[in-house]
Amino acid sequence: MHYVLLCYHMEKTVRAWSQAEDDAVMARLTVVHEQLLQEGKLGPVARLMPTTAATTLRKGKEPVVLDGPFAETKEQLLGFYVIDCKDLEDALSVARRLGVANPDGAYEIRPIMLMYESGSLTPAVSRA
Amino acid sequence: MNDLRWIDFALTSARPQAVAALLRYFRDLDTAEEAFQNACLKALQTWPQNGAPRDPAAWLIFVGRNAALDGVRRQSKQQPLPPEELLSDLGDAEADMAERLDSADYRDDVLRLLFICCHPDLPQTQQIALALRIVCGLTVPEIARAFLVKPSAMEQRITRAKAKVAEADVPFEAPDAIERSQRLAAVAAMVYLVFNEGYSASAGEMPLRAPLCEEAIRLARLLLALFASEPEIMALLALMLLQYSRAAARFDANGAIVLLDDQERGKWDKRMIAEGLALLDKALRHRRPGPYQFQAAVAAIHARATAAADTDWAEIDALYAGLERLQPSPVVTLNRAVAVSKLQGPEAALAMISPLAASLDGYFYFHGARGAFLMELNRRDEARVAFDKAIALAHTAAEAAHIRQHLDKLAEK
Repeated sequence: MHYVLLCYHMEKTVRAWSQAEDDAVMARLTVVHEQLLQEGKLGPVARLMPTTAATTLRKGKEPVVLDGPFAETKEQLLGFYVIDCKDLEDALSVARRLGVANPDGAYEIRPIMLMYESGSLTPAVSRA
Repeated sequence: MNDLRWIDFALTSARPQAVAALLRYFRDLDTAEEAFQNACLKALQTWPQNGAPRDPAAWLIFVGRNAALDGVRRQSKQQPLPPEELLSDLGDAEADMAERLDSADYRDDVLRLLFICCHPDLPQTQQIALALRIVCGLTVPEIARAFLVKPSAMEQRITRAKAKVAEADVPFEAPDAIERSQRLAAVAAMVYLVFNEGYSASAGEMPLRAPLCEEAIRLARLLLALFASEPEIMALLALMLLQYSRAAARFDANGAIVLLDDQERGKWDKRMIAEGLALLDKALRHRRPGPYQFQAAVAAIHARATAAADTDWAEIDALYAGLERLQPSPVVTLNRAVAVSKLQGPEAALAMISPLAASLDGYFYFHGARGAFLMELNRRDEARVAFDKAIALAHTAAEAAHIRQHLDKLAEK
């Protein structure tokens, strides 16, 4: 069975970490990542960019693009895609195509820094 | 980091929230500032032994408020509360305070303070000076430097601005949404000045004052959370992230300046670059160009170039030309001249900046760039004169040392 671990935390707190604090957390996590890789349990790992970098596509007959993260609380997170696009416009067009096929709810488009590809601890090459 | 540096860092980081909350409480800028100062003194006395409190801002607000109230009591009843008693209670009280001061309150307090400083009744220079003094705790000489004026003149300006705010017609209530957006440009300019003060380093002590840069980035994030669809705010945040990503590469082990062309690009912070590029992309989608978008686009070209030789100088030239049309300024032309020197050679760049001599005569970078162009052309005597002028205008030891290197090179030949 595949599982996804969705990481929740206070953004304000994590943003306030110094580089040293951030590095310390990452060093502790890397120890666990290495064990998980050995056990064959580690899929791709990504760090989401801050919510200020997010854009939301509210789906429907006439989809609306909104700056900022998805903020409603009625809807629940039911799935996710990782897509590889050249820019935000490209990513939005992918979201629109998916939105035609499944026209309710919303997609939040959030840039990510891929940390590892599946089954590897080599840092993923991020495309600028 | 030794003891004093972490405390200094914690105090600088907590300052905007703490002063803003104290201002909301006391409704007087001087009282709020003094209360904060007192709280900082108490922090310096107690934190080295007890460690930092869980929430430094809440601690400072609590202690600052009590110290100020204590001062009021002392004046009225001649019966002070012993400060030790205040501090011994702090364990429970601090937790209580931290719970009540949730993050939403903090955010509104800081922004209220920023937007109060940018009240339209104050001339813009006073708005920004006041915000730098009150919100960021810059000293008067530091602010004077950012504005290219004498400290005494700046002192006067700040005093006048404070007096004006103290007059009843400048309310301490948060401005409404419409007023906020009207003041947004001034607040954004203030945030970028804070960043630049940190980035270009003041007083020659530390070449890069990281807390100021980080504070400016934090404030831009808050602004963007409030004004989520403003492309200029997205670009301001992008610009600062892209510039700050180079922080670790800008100085060598001896504290000497490393120019962009010579920087070890592996030291650039990839996460900040990725976020900056994503934010700029988001801003440009709006097709409402503005000065921060042009500047962030230039920074993005540098960030994308894996080696200095890969830099797309033609695009940088075009972007600065666009910025010149939108917001003409001799400093922008000077920046453009650097791109022109790469594309057409130093002669063309010199011709471009020669009309700026009068307006930029007191500007370090003008004489530094001019000297570098002249040196490239082997006009050594003129280069020496330009570098001599630059060295006299250097603000930091690192800037002076950098120009000194050029002069030494000229002497060798």
